[in-house]
Amino acid sequence: MNYFITLTLNGLASGAAYAALALSLVIIYQATRLVNFAQPALALLSVYTAYTVTQLTGSYWLGFAAALTTGLLVGAFVERVIVRPIARTSQLNAIIVTLGLLLVVQGAVGMIWGNEQHGFRYAFSYVGRFSPADVFSLVAVGVVALLLFGLYRFTPLGLRMRAAAFHPEAARLSGVKVGLMLTAGWGIASLIGALAGMLAGPPFISPNVFDVVFVFGITAAVVGGLDNPFGAVIGGLLIGLGMSYVSGFVGPELATLTALAIVVIVLSVRPDGILSRPTARKV
Amino acid sequence: MRERSGTRAALASALALVLLATACSGAGEVGDSAEVDLDVAPGVTDDSVIIGSHQPLTGPAAPGYLAVSQGAAAVFDYVNAQGGVNGREIDYRVEDDKYDPSETIDVTRQLVIEDEIFAMVGGLGTPTHSGVLDYLNEEGVPDVFPSSGALAWNNTEEHPLTYGWQTDYTKEAKIQGEYIVENFPDQNVGYLFQNDDIGEDSQAGLDQYLSDEVVTRQHYESDVPDLSSQMAEMEDSGAEVIVCSCIPAFVALAMLEAAGMGYEPQWVVSSIGGDTATLQALLAEFTDGTDAEDVPADAFLDGALITSYMPRVEDEDDDWGQFFLSVYDEYGDGGAPTNTHVFGMTQAVMFAQVLKSAGEDLTRQSLIDALETQEWQGPGFTPFSSSDGDHGGHEGVYVVQYKAGGTIEMVQEARVTDREGGPIEEVDFERLSPEDLPFHD
Amino acid sequence: MTSPTTEREERSTTSGAGAEPPRTPRTSRWGSLPLPARHLLLAALGLAAVTGLLFATGDLTALRIAAIGYTMLAIAGLQLLVGGSGQVSLGHGAFMMIGAYTMALLILHQPMLPLAANLGIIVVVSIVAGVAVGAATARLHGPYLAGATLILAVGLPGLTHRYHEVFGGSNGLNIRTAGAPPFLDGLLSTSEWRALVVWTTVVIGLAVLATISAGRLGRRMRALRDDETAAAMAGIPVGKTKVVAFVIASTAGGLAGGLQAYVLGTVTPSSFTLVLSLTLLAALVLGGIGSLWGALWASVAIVYLEIWARDLARAMDMSRNAENNLPVVFFGIVLILILRFWPLGVHGALQSLRARLRARSSSS
Repeated sequence: MNYFITLTLNGLASGAAYAALALSLVIIYQATRLVNFAQPALALLSVYTAYTVTQLTGSYWLGFAAALTTGLLVGAFVERVIVRPIARTSQLNAIIVTLGLLLVVQGAVGMIWGNEQHGFRYAFSYVGRFSPADVFSLVAVGVVALLLFGLYRFTPLGLRMRAAAFHPEAARLSGVKVGLMLTAGWGIASLIGALAGMLAGPPFISPNVFDVVFVFGITAAVVGGLDNPFGAVIGGLLIGLGMSYVSGFVGPELATLTALAIVVIVLSVRPDGILSRPTARKV
Repeated sequence: MRERSGTRAALASALALVLLATACSGAGEVGDSAEVDLDVAPGVTDDSVIIGSHQPLTGPAAPGYLAVSQGAAAVFDYVNAQGGVNGREIDYRVEDDKYDPSETIDVTRQLVIEDEIFAMVGGLGTPTHSGVLDYLNEEGVPDVFPSSGALAWNNTEEHPLTYGWQTDYTKEAKIQGEYIVENFPDQNVGYLFQNDDIGEDSQAGLDQYLSDEVVTRQHYESDVPDLSSQMAEMEDSGAEVIVCSCIPAFVALAMLEAAGMGYEPQWVVSSIGGDTATLQALLAEFTDGTDAEDVPADAFLDGALITSYMPRVEDEDDDWGQFFLSVYDEYGDGGAPTNTHVFGMTQAVMFAQVLKSAGEDLTRQSLIDALETQEWQGPGFTPFSSSDGDHGGHEGVYVVQYKAGGTIEMVQEARVTDREGGPIEEVDFERLSPEDLPFHD
Repeated sequence: MTSPTTEREERSTTSGAGAEPPRTPRTSRWGSLPLPARHLLLAALGLAAVTGLLFATGDLTALRIAAIGYTMLAIAGLQLLVGGSGQVSLGHGAFMMIGAYTMALLILHQPMLPLAANLGIIVVVSIVAGVAVGAATARLHGPYLAGATLILAVGLPGLTHRYHEVFGGSNGLNIRTAGAPPFLDGLLSTSEWRALVVWTTVVIGLAVLATISAGRLGRRMRALRDDETAAAMAGIPVGKTKVVAFVIASTAGGLAGGLQAYVLGTVTPSSFTLVLSLTLLAALVLGGIGSLWGALWASVAIVYLEIWARDLARAMDMSRNAENNLPVVFFGIVLILILRFWPLGVHGALQSLRARLRARSSSS
């Protein structure tokens, strides 16, 4: 029983990180209808920025702020300068461009900071069965999901962002600045991606540190459903718990296969994720 | 028109012929390979010799292994600055294989065919190097000191040109097992190992000495950086001694997990993971709020037992440890060298030494002859086999204990053994100092 | 590696290996041939070109030509799936892995089976895998399909760790395959022979793919890609066509993986990573979606871009960190630039260039 509780807590802690990345993917999808492969790269850049700032100033929270700022600015920049001209041609091309960006940023981080591993602190103490750092992860993810839900449901900005993504022509006619909304979507998503990086990065960071986290982030997003921020949270926790139980009770080599099994089972019942709304025929 | 259909017919029949030839005879039926000519010296001129290596420089496996070739390059630069070996400068070419065997095969061929390397030195990784083992031997390229402790390198029947280097995982584990039985009698032991030949071969050695004491066997996959469930199980099973046959990143992760749970086992770490310099750098961030707030990472490492066969950077009394520090200071990439750097540096010194022994008249045959007749006297702490059908490299390990403050204490002198059920024996091994060992002009 | 070699190669394979039927039948005789026969002839021409190229280059290039061959087959299969039916799969590496392990296991346990039989068995295994994956994902669309196939590519290697005794864990399986038959001794090296075997299989595979693409099935898949609902209303069996597209892709991928195992003699999970699956898709778009020619440029890019970048990095005398990471940055930049300026990929750019040249020559 004791062991079961430990596995549960471990699963929740890692699930929170997947959920955070899934949230950033949901935002981008809501804002631009794209799966953004550059998301882990932007998170990587943010986390390394935080690493350097913390090294220089000695303050973790200055680094934290620097990471979020980097995420916001770089996300907006990337949308304006790199993605937008290409997204006009085709959706697949836009996805592939984010992939190219992933390669460029990963390589650039290696060029600047080297390919060695660096120790990277947690926000709070990691000591304890369910440590303050774990609590922080879960709370941060919950709060972000609530804020996003509020943003999209209740604020004019959120409404405009959704309109710009799903019906750009109609939105433009009714006076929404579609381009600005897309940039805002990328900025917010990358900010949350940076937060995800700060949660998933410790204890050690290297240029490939988010590869696996990103895969589970996408998995969490599709399991939960891309329409709803709470879907991302549910998906992330489900994946985290499932992987923790299976690696604890059966064997750690089956962890990734567990994620695959969860995807297959969930999507065969609900092809648009757990929290999807029934969609009408779309043309 | 006639001519065109004639060409077509010719092409069609050529295609048919190829198909036919492919269709017969078993795909896995391999004939004997021809004898290779070793009286050649590709890559060798009067004033230089080209050698090559495949290493993971980028990708997920790069972080732990990048330092190996950096260390080796520093030593070769030092050797060249002293005038080279027998008047020849060493041109050390490292290709990035990303720890992916399909890349290893490509870059190895590039090194052999395009760069015309004289020898392959320190090719890194079990899965990667296995992919080019046959090729190097078939092409007659001396395959000197692969960087891995797999048992496969020591097979002179099939791979006569391959010379192992690292103490193999089974020998090392036998000595660990004996040490635990003698020093921690009746304590519960847990194994934590990487789920590949490291784990398999290490258990084969440990199990010769430990049986009832073993309360749990936990493994990890090197591409899943998470040990939470493994360490939870460790604590649950009541393991008091943990043998960690892991690479440094996972040793650090295991120590961190244990500290997070307030679990304090006795660590016994293999040479591959016992790089305390690297561990300190990784763990230094996490000492805030513990007793050892101002002492980097000592809280984690204090008292850890480490098996080793090379010199160590923490060893202030050892000539070679100090020599490597000063060489890296002058010829390295900046920063302080770790024991992973020392791995590459020790390899490089030993290769340069063989090159020296091979003489002015350098051919692949003379290099092989030198390997077979070399009397090894360091920098490693154990005897080294590279002759008489035994290409096993280092024959054993010594045991050190890490002390708070960054020093180490030798707790058991070097012992040697075989990889089967043979006894573990103490040895009397004399090492030469860096000044006395002939490895450059 | 110098560029002249590759240019020669590109030019010569251009003359044959691809499989797009010419727009305007040049001679009535060519036009009167049935489509499969035309594709087979083109295939034979392509093979002849590769043979010539092999004689003109060395052992190292032979290995890379073989790599271009099997990569091209894998991408061509993906081409039909993504470009044809519009299903974006991020898990193509999984099919290559299935083929590669099948080949390795067959050679280890049934060494007397001829290669052709092994390839036949791989086709069967791949079809089964394709049906399974296709059926499981037929109801998914867009990001859901992408996510599911992505986790397939990442999760599948876990099996090799679980069934360590069968698949060899992370050290994989090492195999030895027969070299050139004795009567070719001295004429062809082992690598050249293997490259030839690979390309023989590849050109046949491409001819089949081209024929499928030009036929009824190809039209159905394209209808599905353009508008699923409309296609359903026009009487096209949506689910079945989607599964068939997956089966075609998995077969091409499986064969490619099998050939890779045959050429390299080693199969490990670390060769079939997330990066491989993503690179295959990225290269497909870079080469040009919608045509099998695109697959050729894509595979050349996968094999050679990195080699060029390595040479470039060495020539530029950069710091060690920069030198090590340049190849991956280089690939990313080339990808972004090509999509920025040639949205239809290399093949699209070449086509528009040809059209412009033709227009100029007719106007003068």
